[in-house]
Amino acid sequence: MAEFLYLLRPHLTLSRWRGRKSTALGGGQWRQTSWVRKYRWRMANGRAALLTAKARKECLLPTGLSENSQNRSDPVFCMMRGTTTVTKESEKRVRKQKKGAAVPPQQSHSSVHFDIHDHRILDADGCLVGRLPECAKQPDQLIALYRIMVKTRLFDEKAIALQRRGQLGTYASSLGQEAIGAAIGTVMADDDVLFPAYREYAAQFLRGVTMADILLYWGGNEQGMNFKGQRHDFPICVPIAGQAPHAVGTAYAMKLCDEKRVAVCVIGDGGTSKGDFCEAINAAGTWALPIVFIVNNNGWAISMPRKRQTGAETLAQKAIAAGFPGEQVDGNDVIALTDRIDQALHKARMGIGPTLIEALTYRLCDHTTADDASRYRSGQEVKEQWHYEPIKRLRTYLNEIDCWSESDEQELLASCHDEVEQAVSCYLNTPPQPPESMFDYLYQSLPAALEEQRASVVQWSKGNE
Amino acid sequence: MSEVTLVDAVNMALAAEMAADPSVVVLGEDVGVNGGVFRATAGLQQRFGPQRVLDTPLSETLIAGMSIGLAAEGLKPVAEIQFMGFVYSTMDQMINHAARLRNRTRGRLSCPMVLRAPFGGGIHAPEHHSESTEALFAHIPGLRVVIPSSPGRAYGLLLAAIRDPDPVIFLEPKRVYRLVKQEVADNGEALPLDVCFLLREGTDVTLVSWGAMIHEIMTAADQLAASGISAEVIDVATIKPLDMNTILDSVAKTGRCVIVHEAARTCGVGAEIAAQLAERGLMSLFAPVERVTGYDAIIPLFNLEKEYMPSVGRIVAAVKRTLEG
Repeated sequence: MAEFLYLLRPHLTLSRWRGRKSTALGGGQWRQTSWVRKYRWRMANGRAALLTAKARKECLLPTGLSENSQNRSDPVFCMMRGTTTVTKESEKRVRKQKKGAAVPPQQSHSSVHFDIHDHRILDADGCLVGRLPECAKQPDQLIALYRIMVKTRLFDEKAIALQRRGQLGTYASSLGQEAIGAAIGTVMADDDVLFPAYREYAAQFLRGVTMADILLYWGGNEQGMNFKGQRHDFPICVPIAGQAPHAVGTAYAMKLCDEKRVAVCVIGDGGTSKGDFCEAINAAGTWALPIVFIVNNNGWAISMPRKRQTGAETLAQKAIAAGFPGEQVDGNDVIALTDRIDQALHKARMGIGPTLIEALTYRLCDHTTADDASRYRSGQEVKEQWHYEPIKRLRTYLNEIDCWSESDEQELLASCHDEVEQAVSCYLNTPPQPPESMFDYLYQSLPAALEEQRASVVQWSKGNE
Repeated sequence: MSEVTLVDAVNMALAAEMAADPSVVVLGEDVGVNGGVFRATAGLQQRFGPQRVLDTPLSETLIAGMSIGLAAEGLKPVAEIQFMGFVYSTMDQMINHAARLRNRTRGRLSCPMVLRAPFGGGIHAPEHHSESTEALFAHIPGLRVVIPSSPGRAYGLLLAAIRDPDPVIFLEPKRVYRLVKQEVADNGEALPLDVCFLLREGTDVTLVSWGAMIHEIMTAADQLAASGISAEVIDVATIKPLDMNTILDSVAKTGRCVIVHEAARTCGVGAEIAAQLAERGLMSLFAPVERVTGYDAIIPLFNLEKEYMPSVGRIVAAVKRTLEG
């Protein structure tokens, strides 16, 4: 019953969106429809609710709200169960309401219960603790995930080495967090749009960005973000969470044009404290946009541990306040991540709305090559966290099921090594952009007022030669 | 052709471009059902639907940021911020992202968006509603800053701003919103960006301004004419990038220049114009360049705002000083 109602609702939402073009529908108006209000129980945005007393019991627990999270065989670990209680003021209102006093309809109060589920399929020891999902059922699929993670890690090592030798600028490593990018890149469709932060190299590689592009970017050349991969993807975003509102705009455009595409926005745990993120998830929930937010919760925002970032028990629950489901996934379990992101994408594509996935991982590296993490966290903590890293556990599992041998491993390492070296060679042999290029992409055509300055750059750069 | 106010002209331009180009979307706080706090978007939602005329949550950062995402997808967002005093939340998005997107992707992505905001004092508005901080945006490479001063230029320049392939900050002088009416043909014809408009020819002094202050300098020019002083009047209109050639040509003729702006004096756009006159037009000058500006003080609440803003009297006195020199 609950599932049926839940599936029905997005359809209605979409038909309202499409069907009432000529009527004045404001941002909040199309939520405050009478058919939602007639139910006693409402969740944050009305979408999760519409519950009769009978349906309530089965529907309240899995606020993750995908079909799978209600499936008993799905490996769901309940991490946190939150309940907001009815305030005294609202109790008074309820009493008044019972006596028949008028209460403005938009001020109806509700008690909100939510659960944040934690998903894991492959544990740190490489043991399956859940059912393999469709998107990772075949050994080939698992091997592909494994390959991209290994490739990303080798690339990472090389980039840091280049930086230490003075051949690369400051570089942000993705060490220990490769599973997130690998999962995202594996399940996104070509015409979806990725809004990365700066540790999603695996996703970018899978979407056609080359290693040389990434090296060019951190090596101080804007051409690195003029990649040949998915040309509509956004570039790396250094200002924290600034890309979240962009993703909302793009998702709005997708919905406006009635396209079955999804915007995927990745930010870090620190980013969830930013206003950009809060405004973005709020709007995404308001308009039920086709967008998936993925929070790379690697435990540290430079020197700030997750516990001191917010008083919220989980980052996933911020989605509940924005009116859509949030969940935690073991961010070192590439299988669970792939599954959950795949389902979130599917849901977004079907018009059901956004999802927030908090991927719990750990930053095994410094924040960037300019950082020294030993100033604020213990070596012991880092050492312990190596036990949970994503690559080893998948290799263990692949070995277990006889799909990966030592010779496969050596072949992979050798081929990744060659690929990385080729990329480095390409990067080191790419000439810098001409100095006047600083003017050539400023506007579509150079304003007359800037011609003199451009000429000056040309003149002085020639003088410097 | 009918006589319209500046705010009507903004509305006309938005409607004309939305009708002509289905990729134009309007977004902002209260722009839909309410038609905008100044009614600049009145009737647009009824005509073009709630998807294209979008009431956003109360989130200025989001409005600017999502405009970037819309623009990158090939739409042409025209976002409204209710007052210049609330525009600062958008600055991270406008400076770090909108202004840089084309450059940092070497042209792979671009950001054809317009951020509209009413600005300036003189309407007895509450605190934070009367600022003129256009110079903040004029400082940023990659942005255009456009300021109309009449209904006709509001119509033509807004069309040009929407059609421009790069981000434009479009600042509307709200004191002039309903001050004057002018016949404006709703013919979809844009005016050029990046150029000054010569509003009145003269021989003795060049008066340079933009926005609401154009009305003060035109009145000053009338008064000066009565005492035999011929003032040339230039509406800068696009303050970034700046069309200095028109100003230099004028000053070459008159030998005197008075720059007038409502914004605070230090690092105002007037400082840039004066600096460029010193660099490139010094030999034409018979007298030092004068600036008549808002003071380097916070614009007072409305009891005193008149004392803050440049008056016709201050402008005329500055002109007379240049003639004495």
